[in-house]
Amino acid sequence: MTRKKKRLTLIAAAMVVLGTAAGLVLYALRDNIVFFYGPSEIVAKDLPPGTHVRIGGLVKQGSLKRDAQTARFEVTDGKHEIAVTYGGALPDLFREGQGVVAEGVLSAAGLEATQVLAKHDERYMPKEVVDALKKSGRWQENADVGGVAQ
Amino acid sequence: MIVETGHFALILALALACFNAVVPLWGVATRDSRLMGTAPSIALAGFGFVALSYAALTYAHITSDFSLLNVYENSASAKPLIYKITGVWGNHEGSMLLWVLILAVFAAAVALSARAMPQDLHAAVLAVQSWISAAFLLFILLTSDPFARIANPPIEGQDLNPLLQDPGLAIHPPLLYLGYVGLSITFAFAAGALICGRIDAVWARLVRPWTLIAWVFLTLGIAMGSYWAYYTLGWGGFWFWDPVENASLMPWLAATALLHSAAVMEKRDALKVWTIFLAILAFSLSLIGTFIVRSGVLTSVHSFANDPQRGEFILAILVFFIGGALLLFALRANTLKPGGFFAPISREGALVLNNLVLTTCCATVFVGTLYPLALESFTGEKISVGAPFFNATVVPLFLPLVLLMPIGQNLSWKRGDFFGAAQRLYFALLCGLAMLLVLASWHHNGPLTSILVSGLGVYVIVGAFAEIANRLFGRVALVKGGLAQVWQHAVGVPLSTYGTALAHAGIGVSLLGLAATGWGAEKILTMKPGDSANVGPYQLTLTRIGTAMGPNYTAKIGHVVIREGAREIGALDPAVRFYPTRQMSRAEAGIKTLNFGQIYVGVSDGVKPGTVDARIYWKPLVAFIWIGGLIMGFGGLVSLSDRRLRIGVAHRVRKLAAAPQAAE
Repeated sequence: MTRKKKRLTLIAAAMVVLGTAAGLVLYALRDNIVFFYGPSEIVAKDLPPGTHVRIGGLVKQGSLKRDAQTARFEVTDGKHEIAVTYGGALPDLFREGQGVVAEGVLSAAGLEATQVLAKHDERYMPKEVVDALKKSGRWQENADVGGVAQ
Repeated sequence: MIVETGHFALILALALACFNAVVPLWGVATRDSRLMGTAPSIALAGFGFVALSYAALTYAHITSDFSLLNVYENSASAKPLIYKITGVWGNHEGSMLLWVLILAVFAAAVALSARAMPQDLHAAVLAVQSWISAAFLLFILLTSDPFARIANPPIEGQDLNPLLQDPGLAIHPPLLYLGYVGLSITFAFAAGALICGRIDAVWARLVRPWTLIAWVFLTLGIAMGSYWAYYTLGWGGFWFWDPVENASLMPWLAATALLHSAAVMEKRDALKVWTIFLAILAFSLSLIGTFIVRSGVLTSVHSFANDPQRGEFILAILVFFIGGALLLFALRANTLKPGGFFAPISREGALVLNNLVLTTCCATVFVGTLYPLALESFTGEKISVGAPFFNATVVPLFLPLVLLMPIGQNLSWKRGDFFGAAQRLYFALLCGLAMLLVLASWHHNGPLTSILVSGLGVYVIVGAFAEIANRLFGRVALVKGGLAQVWQHAVGVPLSTYGTALAHAGIGVSLLGLAATGWGAEKILTMKPGDSANVGPYQLTLTRIGTAMGPNYTAKIGHVVIREGAREIGALDPAVRFYPTRQMSRAEAGIKTLNFGQIYVGVSDGVKPGTVDARIYWKPLVAFIWIGGLIMGFGGLVSLSDRRLRIGVAHRVRKLAAAPQAAE
């Protein structure tokens, strides 16, 4: 096989692998990405039920209700609230008044969450929550309102 | 005083690094061997000062010197001694100091391995290494000073993040750093080779041990990190496709590709340009990983508290090194002579395919990790690209690679015979199929993918050893010479061949562990004392809920008894610990290992008083996932101990230099 033929084989192999990869990426990006919104954006956008989203904000004080199987709480950015129901175990750091990110499917009643993430420690707040709070104008540096730390 | 000494030592180390970044290169340019000769001793001195500085910070942590901001924010006097030591790298400033310390350790190791290397390459490698050291020392001194004082020292510290108070943390970040930073050596070798115009089989032979060292640490670091996340985050998962995890996966993929392409370059003098490019890419990805972790541009469960100034600084470092290296590459790569000749179906051909797939996987992970960032900065839309994306892209790319792995191993160099190689794998294929059939008939309720992946795993494990088995038992050795002959053959097989087989088998072992997750079971429920739950073949009973006091926490403990049938086989004490200083709690999962499977119980405070919320998992063969990683790392070590790969094989390398094509 000549050098030129060898090079062509290599290029063909590379095209096949890269083409497959590009196809997979495009397919996965279309079906497997999730948009993130704050509660105010959810209300403003009026998204149809069935949309897969992530929402972030603070767990509203006094809103947490739990029974054996499900937890219900509201996520707020100070302007609007979104009701969330969640069937799994809540993370250890889940507290009222603290930052949380919930992922799931929107329904008429709110968000049916499939995953709930709480912040890591008191110095760490999900970046998305900080941005959502800043957007709604409820962000305060070092504030203790709602347990928001920097 | 000790603290000031540490600070001063760090400044001196910076001065030395600046000196070493310039003078040896000047020596290379003017062919002045005295100027080139300064590099090793300066690198050793630099290591001494960084080590002193690190020791000073450790001393401050051990003695709870709260006049240091870093100690005050991350330590407390009641904290156990081991976490005072590991806590040094449990925060941003300290971990960057550890980063630089490891960089200095590697520089010192290169400095000491001079005998085997041409002097100009040696000097250039150390100079490039010094550029990196200087950049990171500057970063620490300007944005992340670990020695900053507090004017009015408080009497008690804020304690270390409880999540980090764990033995897993004692080893996993240093291992990862050894991997990340080890890649800086291969980067320095690539840049050095471009500067000196010296890129040949000798270079490949010199660089391969360093790549292997970095790869072994990176592999072990990733495996340990995965296990740490598994048992401390309390979710029972082992890989979350989190940006921080991807940050370590990307350099690993590139380093794995580099390891394989350097083998081609060493044996056949081919793929030179590509190998150099990979060496640059692997370390660039380490830097990008550092940027992702340190800058907080991406949301991650692992990120530290962040300061935008730091992110910008690291971005500048990143642009400087990646851009500089690529510029050097563009200017010099065309001077390389094309090397050895090979047919598409050959060991080289298989390794090229391996490289293609690994780098494509790497690119896919890169896109998935950074796409959200790009989209947000251009459109303001926030998205998350999670596990489904990576599962849908990386898995389909990876599985064919694994399937072809044993075949590639059995192809000969230069011109191979595909069907011949496939023939040698009859036995491996049979084993894989047997596994499929057994599982399909026995566990017909299990998910199909688990059964298929189990078969693949067995095929990969057996196939990894096919080449060695053929050498040992081929050509009726056993009939003619008996076991003595086999033993003789076994000793004759190079250690690096055993290493390769082990590393590949490790992938098979991990695959078995992954496949077995499909037969696992999980339950999430609220329990009060006396309640029982069945999971897999076991029955778990919560006997009582107790409390306990730790040195710096209080704990609520669920005592759980495990029964298999009527027999009691063990007990677990999963707990939820509360750390008052930080006002936070953390789960301490109860894990019982049974024949490589694990019963995993995590508890958190129940809604009603006197209850706990329990997460109970039965995970058959789950330990295989990490044992596979350990076997891979061990395979790397075995390869590394091969006489021919040892760092500093002076005379052999010189002989090779005379006849680069004569590699066996």
